[in-house]
Amino acid sequence: MSTVLLEARGVAKHFGGVKALRDVSLTIRQGEIYGLIGPNGAGKTTFFNVLTGLYHPDGGEIVFAGEKLKASAPHEVAARGIARTFQNIRLFANMTARQNVMVGRHVRTGAGVLGAVLRNRRTRDEEAAIYRRAEELLHYVGVADRADDLARHLSYGDQRRLEIARALATEPQLLALDEPAAGMNGTETEGLRLLVEGIRADGITVLLIEHDVKLVMGLCDRVAVLDYGQKISEDVPAVVQKDPRVIEAYLGGAVA
Amino acid sequence: MTFFESLRHNRRAAIGAMIFLGLLLAVLPFTVGNLLGNSWLRILDFALLYIMLALGLNIVVGFAGLLDLGYIAFYAVGAYFYALLASPHFGLHLPVWLIIPGGAALAGLFGVILGAPTLRLRGDYLAIVTLGFGEIVRIFMNNLNAPINITNGPQGISGIDPINMGGVTLARPIEFLGITIPSLHAYYYLFLALALLIVFVSIRLEDSRIGRAWVAIREDEIAAKACGINTRNIKLLAFAMGASFGGVAGGLFAGFQGFVSPESFSLMESVMVLCMVVLGGMGNIPGVILGGILLTLLPEAFRHGAGPVQMALFGKILLDPEALRMLAFGLALIIVMLYRPAGLWPSSTRRREFKGEGA
Repeated sequence: MSTVLLEARGVAKHFGGVKALRDVSLTIRQGEIYGLIGPNGAGKTTFFNVLTGLYHPDGGEIVFAGEKLKASAPHEVAARGIARTFQNIRLFANMTARQNVMVGRHVRTGAGVLGAVLRNRRTRDEEAAIYRRAEELLHYVGVADRADDLARHLSYGDQRRLEIARALATEPQLLALDEPAAGMNGTETEGLRLLVEGIRADGITVLLIEHDVKLVMGLCDRVAVLDYGQKISEDVPAVVQKDPRVIEAYLGGAVA
Repeated sequence: MTFFESLRHNRRAAIGAMIFLGLLLAVLPFTVGNLLGNSWLRILDFALLYIMLALGLNIVVGFAGLLDLGYIAFYAVGAYFYALLASPHFGLHLPVWLIIPGGAALAGLFGVILGAPTLRLRGDYLAIVTLGFGEIVRIFMNNLNAPINITNGPQGISGIDPINMGGVTLARPIEFLGITIPSLHAYYYLFLALALLIVFVSIRLEDSRIGRAWVAIREDEIAAKACGINTRNIKLLAFAMGASFGGVAGGLFAGFQGFVSPESFSLMESVMVLCMVVLGGMGNIPGVILGGILLTLLPEAFRHGAGPVQMALFGKILLDPEALRMLAFGLALIIVMLYRPAGLWPSSTRRREFKGEGA
């Protein structure tokens, strides 16, 4: 449990004059569920985007599984074993649920144009394996009965689950979920909690951005708190909850 | 559409339909030639070329969602490649089995070269840049006659070798098993064979890892990246594949026509091919084929039919058939886009997309 999977060292990101991330360092251990919380605009999603290569950091570096992550190369980050979901769901809206998950297998498969045209034994086997894995994952997240429906026609909660299935299809070591419970009702959130625990039980480390404090405190092994782009606290949930800096960030400081 | 869906489930009916379609396509040139004459046979041959072009553009626009307004440039590359290597212009007469694949490869390379600078662009911006590229290629063809005469400028290249396969030239009637196959018929069969090959490649690509990656990029490029798709390479692959289909069609065009000039590769041609893709049903292979056939045949039908019909009705020609043709073409486009926004024959998912059925 104690080997380090991901280490961010002094990560910084500026947008013009706005310092979205300032010297953020954090350590995620193998097999834990790590929460990243903070008020709106604290820089959580920016950190995700730097981590997954969508943004180029202005400073610092991220070491994943012992090797530095190459900046601004999202597909290489996925190949290294980091998968993510998005705060505002980004599915392939006009593909079926199954096809969405099948796209997730892209990075672990290799058929090219020649294989596709000739459809030789290897390509056929690979396609069959992609299809099977997609079916398994659709079952795993519980949207198997909607496999042939377009992703855009799924309910909101199912879309969130489908996005997780697509991310899992890339065989990640680290699954980064950006507000997966946003907009969910109590039952759906409970279902999500079970799903995330199951994912961790399968040996995948989870990084979670979430506003639902109850969910974060109940689910996460450790939590980091961002405020104005800086990490102000990092510890087990019980300690973070009592940290005066965290309380100040959320509720405002004492009136001077 | 239920007819086609039933074919998918009933194997015997599907085989029967295939045999019927095969026979129909085999006797078509003789029927058309006898009933309507050689000019319609030529139009039929051109319809097959346009089907190849439309299927190529369909990969770029329909699958990968990259709006390309300069597609005809690749047709031009294929045509000029053939014209330069098999004509008296340079005195070269290379065999067709070398030039057609070579033209396809060169067009594919041009697809990559023209695609590379546009990788960050989408939608309107991409359309404008590709439009510019298309014009650049045409203007180059127009002006590369000085200081060294490469393309012979606006006069174009004439006297191009007809397609010659294994010592048999398609320019003259061919005796085959006691049947005489006239030249236009022979070209028809050759074009049909290559069009079918391109259909086959398109179908195989659509339902593959690469095809899914193209559609994923069309749907959401950022999510596609996050799924580990190297969007740069996959987009370039779409440009190259689409362009190579255009290159094949271009080479065939040069051999068939015997003459190429920059005039044949104007912006209007790019727009025409794009119309075939959009009107037929973007992203759906049968739809795109239908679009290619209709947009080749209907304007010609107008050109040939409008004069006689007016003579019969009014005793004189009131409207120039040529003008009437474009009028009808524009009208048809507007009507189709109003009443069938997904195209005449959209793919099943796109049909659902526009109807918005489901949950």
